[in-house]
Amino acid sequence: MTHLLEVRGLHARYGATQVLQGLDLDVAEGQVTALLGANGAGKTTTLRALCRFMVQASGSVTLAGERIDGRSTEQIAQLGVGHVPDGRGTFMGLSTEENLHLGAYSRRTRSGVADDMERIYDYFPRLRERATQQAGTLSGGEQQMLAIGRALMGRPRLLLLDEPSFGLAPLIVKDIFSIMKRINREEKVSILLVEQNAKLALDLADTAYLLETGRVVLSGPSADMRRNDAVRRAYLGE
Amino acid sequence: MNEFLHQLLAGLATGGIYASVALALVMIYQATHHINFAQGEMAMFSTFIAWSLIQAGFPYWGAFAITVVLSFVLAAVIEFAVIRPMHNAPVLSVVVVFIGLLVIFHSLAGFLFGYTIKPFPSPFPADAWYGGSLMSAHEVGAIVVALGMVSLLFVFLRFTPLGLAMRAAAQNAASSRLVGINVGRMLMLGWGLAGAIGAVAGMMVAPVVFLDPNMMTGVLLYAFAGALIGGIDNPIGAVLGGFIVGVLENLLGTYVVGTELKLSVALVLIIVVLIVKPSGLLGKTIVTRV
Amino acid sequence: MPNVAHALSARTPKAPSIPTSRGRWPWVVLLVLLLAALTGVLKGYQLFQGTMVLCYAIALLGLNMLTGYNGQISLGHGAFFALGAYAAAIAMEHGGLPYWLAVPAAGVACLVVGYLFGRPALKLEGLYLALATFALAVAMPQLLKYKHLEAWTGGVGGIVLMKPDAPFGLPLSQDQWLFLYALAVTVVMFVIGHNLLSSGSGRAMRAIRDHAMAAEAMGVDNPHYKSMTFGISAAFTGVGGALSAIAVQFVSPDSFTLFLSISLLVGVVVGGLGTLWGAVFGALFIMFVPSFAESISKAAPWAVYGVVLIAIMFAMPGGVVGLLRSTAARWQRRRAAP
Repeated sequence: MTHLLEVRGLHARYGATQVLQGLDLDVAEGQVTALLGANGAGKTTTLRALCRFMVQASGSVTLAGERIDGRSTEQIAQLGVGHVPDGRGTFMGLSTEENLHLGAYSRRTRSGVADDMERIYDYFPRLRERATQQAGTLSGGEQQMLAIGRALMGRPRLLLLDEPSFGLAPLIVKDIFSIMKRINREEKVSILLVEQNAKLALDLADTAYLLETGRVVLSGPSADMRRNDAVRRAYLGE
Repeated sequence: MNEFLHQLLAGLATGGIYASVALALVMIYQATHHINFAQGEMAMFSTFIAWSLIQAGFPYWGAFAITVVLSFVLAAVIEFAVIRPMHNAPVLSVVVVFIGLLVIFHSLAGFLFGYTIKPFPSPFPADAWYGGSLMSAHEVGAIVVALGMVSLLFVFLRFTPLGLAMRAAAQNAASSRLVGINVGRMLMLGWGLAGAIGAVAGMMVAPVVFLDPNMMTGVLLYAFAGALIGGIDNPIGAVLGGFIVGVLENLLGTYVVGTELKLSVALVLIIVVLIVKPSGLLGKTIVTRV
Repeated sequence: MPNVAHALSARTPKAPSIPTSRGRWPWVVLLVLLLAALTGVLKGYQLFQGTMVLCYAIALLGLNMLTGYNGQISLGHGAFFALGAYAAAIAMEHGGLPYWLAVPAAGVACLVVGYLFGRPALKLEGLYLALATFALAVAMPQLLKYKHLEAWTGGVGGIVLMKPDAPFGLPLSQDQWLFLYALAVTVVMFVIGHNLLSSGSGRAMRAIRDHAMAAEAMGVDNPHYKSMTFGISAAFTGVGGALSAIAVQFVSPDSFTLFLSISLLVGVVVGGLGTLWGAVFGALFIMFVPSFAESISKAAPWAVYGVVLIAIMFAMPGGVVGLLRSTAARWQRRRAAP
């Protein structure tokens, strides 16, 4: 099976600090892949390195058979990678719908933008209510929904989700995760999910990788990971 | 009463110039969150370019068009070559760079074109139907041009994807990259537009005050005040502010303090407005949930 | 409204907290003694230039306090320079005060005016404060020419002053004595400045610069500190202005245009924001670079000046002191690395 995303030997550093020490990972088409690990393991850095965003990275990254590691962040976005960054990255001064429109910026054709916005509003009805409101006034959960919606507007092949549960109340998180399950199935978007909350991540994901200090120490189908003793003790608290 | 009306309208006419330059300031501010202190001098330099073209035999509108295009390109190049390399520098260091640009343009203009005052033609014939006893044809034309530019700009920024992208790039460069926006290109575009707008403003004011390197120095302060009073993040506000400042300056100068102090008094009033309403009359206070 | 102060702090290379320069004092004393000795060597006009450099250094120290250490921008400090100069001139001419009282009096006057200006102005952030101070700078020459104040200010003609003679019959020329006096004042002001900035108040100032909201949450009385900083900064610049009035022997409205305010800002940035020594380097820049530019191009000297400005900002965005510090740090790192 050829994977949608193939990563080999990914190194990344912030200035002089080396964070990723040579990562290999694969994301299968149509599946949800989770990146687990403690704080500082390098999960967010991995997503950033894939987009050449805010880090210096090296190593090969192949998207649907095409090498993308030489490209700039905006070029990678245009090739169908939707990155929902940690901290949401909301355009605070713009309205909700303007934020969504921006997600569609890199699309070749304007057709279907209105329909796509409707679909995003179906997934996240709260956003429809707040359509003309300034995005900075939205709650954390709403901004997370907005960030996901914005990434989806680009009709991405691969969705990179960085810590969607961060700073949100458990009920909202449950809501968002169930919507993501729907999105994965209905939109056929492959998802690479970074999450500190291992339980949530393993419930959603098909495959998982465990990172420790910039290296993959364990990987496999999430069912296997859930049964693994080390994982259970360290990350599931069982 | 007639005299008052005349002064009011004259204020609107100068206000149109301030409004245009204020618009250019807002463009660059929206794109880069910097105030282009060299805006006035760049506009003056553009006007000299137009003058040279006309001297060389080009018809007015031909010279006008070429000047606008050249000013667009020149401004975009300056963004790329001078301002962009400073993007990680402290804010005040960038301010000093702007001051450097201001001084360079002023001095170059004097060096290349001389300091003698030159007349500059107006495209609005003196006997046109829309001129009258209260306002000259040129004054009417200048106002219409200012309003026209702001309308075009408003439509562009508010209703086109490119305009939205420009605003986004100015607010949040990182997130903009993530949605595929080439931030560098947006910056050049913003600067280019400001350069073009400034050129038009210069060509509108030159027929009235005559062309010399000092033409725009006073205008910049009024334009800055106008932009702030209207709300620095709002093109319409900038234009409104420019008109208000123009009228205020003229009325104060005629009826209250005389020409020597009108600048100070006008500015004091503006500051009072800003203390009462810090983001300007039409500015948006950007709310951030802490 | 993006907070320029916050942006200022976010990208200002943060100076390490004022180093307890116990080890540095001997060098400073040596430097001061060296400068004092120069009075024997330099000629009259050079002494005058030296005195002006000292005046600018004090003025820049004032501006630096406001902009570098407190994060408030001022495009109008030339107005306080003018105020100090005129206050001293009026005190000497109309009040009969001797010069050595007129200078501190001018400082106090500027402290009061600065505080009063700062109190309402502190509601304005960043750009808006820049405009307000810009307006102040533009208004000052006009105010000084104002008809109804002519009895005090001397109107367009200004006020003429006399240089003081050396006291106690010391065998020094007027220029020499003035230079030494200015040197003494400079040392005093820098010591006051240094102590102020390394004190609790100084930390409060810098806390406001770096994160106003957090500072307030920790109990710093922002309005008071910001206006007090304004006042003190104005006082320092006013003292510089007062000294310059005596050195030039003349005050007139046209000596204090907007260009002076811009030069002061340029000086502070080129010297190095948030540093004490930056004021000295900045003063040297303001004094000598314009004439250097003229020597390069008679026809367009300011174009050369502008190019020099931009080149300096490219090469050292943190000012001269910033460059010296980063070179020193790199040197130390290279020595430490195996």
